[in-house]
Amino acid sequence: MVTFILRRVGVMVLTAICLTFIVFFLTNLYPNLEKLAKTQGNFRMTDAEVESYLGRNGYLDPMLVKYGRWIGVWPGWVIEEEGATRGRCIEPGQPPEEAPRFCGILQGDWGFSTVFRKDVGVITGEKLALTGWLMLWVMVLMVPSALMLGVLAGMREGSRTDRTLSTFAITTTATPEYVSGVLFIAVFASSAVGLQWFKGTATGAVDKPTFENFFLPVLTIALYGMGYIARMTRASMAEVMTAQYIRTARLKGVSFPNIVLKHALRNALIAPFTVIMLQFPWLLNGVVIVETLFNYKGFGWTLVQAASNNDIELLLAVSVVSVVVVLVTQLISDIGYVYLNPRISVS
Amino acid sequence: MAEHDAPILEIENLSISFFTRLHEIPAVMDFSVTVRPGEAVGLVGESGCGKSTVALGVMRDLGVNGRIVGGTVRFKGRDLGTMSAAELRAIRGREIAMIYQEPMASLNPAMRVGRQLMEVPMIHEGISRTEARARALEVVGDVKLPDPERILDSYPHQLSGGQQQRIVIAMALMSKPSLLILDEPTTALDVTVEAAVVDLVKDLGRKYGTSMLFISHNLGLVLETCDRICVMYSGEAVETGSVRDVFDRMQHPYTQALFRSIPLPGTDKNAQPLKAIPGNFPLPHERPTGCNFGPRCDYFRAGQCDAGDIAMARIEGSDRHFTRCLRVAEIDWTAPLQKTGTVEATPPGKVVLRIENLRKYYEVAANALFGGGGATKVVKANESLSFEARESETLAIVGESGCGKSTLAKMLMGLETATDGAILLDNRNIEQTPIERRDTQTVADIQMVFQNPFDTLNPSMTVGRQIIRALEVFGIGATDRERRDEMLRLLDLVKLPREFAGRMPRQLSGGQKQRVGIARAFAGGARIVVADEPVSALDVSVQAAVTDLLMEIQRKQKTTLLFISHDLSIVRYLSDRVMVMYLGHVVELGTTDQVFAPPYHPYTEALLSAVPIADTRVKKTHIVLEGDVPSAMNPPPGCPFQTRCRWKPEVPGGLCEREVPAIRELAPGHQVKCHLSADALSCW
Repeated sequence: MVTFILRRVGVMVLTAICLTFIVFFLTNLYPNLEKLAKTQGNFRMTDAEVESYLGRNGYLDPMLVKYGRWIGVWPGWVIEEEGATRGRCIEPGQPPEEAPRFCGILQGDWGFSTVFRKDVGVITGEKLALTGWLMLWVMVLMVPSALMLGVLAGMREGSRTDRTLSTFAITTTATPEYVSGVLFIAVFASSAVGLQWFKGTATGAVDKPTFENFFLPVLTIALYGMGYIARMTRASMAEVMTAQYIRTARLKGVSFPNIVLKHALRNALIAPFTVIMLQFPWLLNGVVIVETLFNYKGFGWTLVQAASNNDIELLLAVSVVSVVVVLVTQLISDIGYVYLNPRISVS
Repeated sequence: MAEHDAPILEIENLSISFFTRLHEIPAVMDFSVTVRPGEAVGLVGESGCGKSTVALGVMRDLGVNGRIVGGTVRFKGRDLGTMSAAELRAIRGREIAMIYQEPMASLNPAMRVGRQLMEVPMIHEGISRTEARARALEVVGDVKLPDPERILDSYPHQLSGGQQQRIVIAMALMSKPSLLILDEPTTALDVTVEAAVVDLVKDLGRKYGTSMLFISHNLGLVLETCDRICVMYSGEAVETGSVRDVFDRMQHPYTQALFRSIPLPGTDKNAQPLKAIPGNFPLPHERPTGCNFGPRCDYFRAGQCDAGDIAMARIEGSDRHFTRCLRVAEIDWTAPLQKTGTVEATPPGKVVLRIENLRKYYEVAANALFGGGGATKVVKANESLSFEARESETLAIVGESGCGKSTLAKMLMGLETATDGAILLDNRNIEQTPIERRDTQTVADIQMVFQNPFDTLNPSMTVGRQIIRALEVFGIGATDRERRDEMLRLLDLVKLPREFAGRMPRQLSGGQKQRVGIARAFAGGARIVVADEPVSALDVSVQAAVTDLLMEIQRKQKTTLLFISHDLSIVRYLSDRVMVMYLGHVVELGTTDQVFAPPYHPYTEALLSAVPIADTRVKKTHIVLEGDVPSAMNPPPGCPFQTRCRWKPEVPGGLCEREVPAIRELAPGHQVKCHLSADALSCW
């Protein structure tokens, strides 16, 4: 088991390097850099000025060198001009001798966000925590209810319960978040005609999340994702219920609730488990709409800001986080799969 | 005492129907059977005759669409039909238990064996976990599984097929039921494993005094296990009686036809060909009025047999022997089978295929799933095979699963290349040429008929198109028109009506599909046909027809037939020579008469004794092989069979455990791989 995990972690690191390089390459293409130079300097720069700006800030070095610097395995650039020494790793006001040679992700230096005027590491940490909190509650609401829905629908395929629950699941999945979100705000939060049970904005939730200001965004995301998991669970459950070993259990005299709980459930969860694990990366990026709609300044909102303002370092950090989340959840999904399915062993 | 003599199970005029949106499909009609305490009743018939539906009807587990529409099922005097769900649950597993056809599918893959066993008494008797575990240990010991503690803690996939079936049996016995329903319990198992399982069931039935309802299509098996038998045809019981009465004094044309279509010892493909039942099994909505068997019956008389429903009639002077035939009295049951014409045996011609010291080793990673690493192991699938096959000869290859017969077939076909040795086709080496590099003629020369006709035809292509496709591949016929004519000729050859060319495979029955498979194999004028269990997926009555067809084509085209099978009765019936394989070795090779008569190789002896024979006159020695076939990944040292051989003590000096025996010739053309002296071998 340990060697299996180690091997998987090795593969993960390799995948992460490849994926981040691709993102790095794309964000560091010349048109992007030109735009960066113009936003940092001024918009009426001539081509020559752009060139010199980029040169002075190490942007024109070979791609691999730049990538190495970003990772922290290649020394940062150092330029002497007009008597002062500037460098990638030299903080403003810091004597050049005291500055470290390397400064990249490995050293914990994620760069500087040009939009928020703050360290990228700090921003990502903060925003990730906020979105993590949102995701946690979405999962808490979505997974159990989706599984319950799926199991209840699938245990008697074609019954009235099945048809009702399936219709519900399809409806929720077919309703995009920007529709359901707006609808919920109108019904539950609008001051004119609504019930005014909840708040239509989650801005306050950043500092102090309460049921009142946090429930609507959670519900909006959960409903959308729930239908999908429920459909998967239902299909898997319905198939398991026709298996011969279920007949064996039935003819052993096992009661129906016990057949479902003891015999069918574990077998039926194998397929949806992978889907649930795939929901994490989806949630991370899928929250964009909801976070914007409810004005919750989390990870998705940051992503939008970074992308629209050409904030290269922040974009890179966001993509690294996404890649890591995808890979980690896949690892967990594989390990969980082994646990659920005794026919697969890793020893 | 009177209470004990009362029947355990009484089924009276039971009718079961399945309901679709539009139709009512009767699956079982007017079915009656009685099972007394300690009695074993066999339920025999072809697939689709409703025998499994009867079993599920007794269990009242017919699904959403099935319903009992008439008659009663009484268990110990109580009507099962009127019981509530809770009452039924109390009976299922505790009073009536069931053993199923596919052990792997009927055990929960995600639950340890122990928990599945313990569950039964915990539900029904409310006993504690520790008590249940003790009971499970005891029953697992009863079904003769080694190391019960380890077995209880394993998952089903960690056990072999035979062990799984023993677990299913153990599960059925956990609460000591009074009725056991066995639904084809050994169909998925090898013959030697089948013999052991049947033995076990009989012993346990005696030990616990359990009554049994034994469902099978294998008449031999029923003869070995049951006291009474009930023959079913198309949803009806056609004949019931004691096993002796039905086997020796059968009183229904279907029973007779069934017996005549299975090969018994002594039948021979040339002197006494099998007699297939003409026509096809009627689908439920196509049943004729009157006698269901009428259209296929030799004794059919219009106006009498198709007038109306026929009731079961008692045969005078017998022990509860009934038949559903109006003409019982008029038919001379003792009349010998009219010879369908003997055929001249074709003498074998020149050698077309020679195999010399052929070996196939596979290297497998110890851990295939997660990319291996670590040591690779060698699976010795075939060990130095040498034999030759002549023109128009049938060479049968027999052995249990895992003996290497399929690997041999794959090498012949070119799907695998040999590790060592030679395959000579007309003195040309082909063992290292994979199929994609063989020339068209070689590919057309060696063709295969597959085991499962249901999976080997492309479901979205018409029958004619599939045969034409084969003709195109083999480069036969210059134009489409010529190929079409050739295709129609092939359909004639396999005795399918020409209009089948435009049909889809799903519209064909199993036997018809297999005929298409045969037509496809012979499309390029194959000279060697490897038939891998060509009839084992088919019903008894169809088997005879397909086998005879193969024989007939062989005679016409002088084909060499390599007939791979585990069914020794059919092998004995149709083959000229037989090769017995065990763990990749050829342990015995000789003409059919030599192999099927002493002196035998010890493994052949065990194999022969394991085959159930549907003839009350045959008495056979009973040899049950202990344990499972060793893994080819880790074969025993010395003789491959030494771990299960009952003659091992006869060989002095532990020779069996040290050396692989050399091939010895006992008689011209009869070779055996055994350390036993010629005297010891011939002392049977």
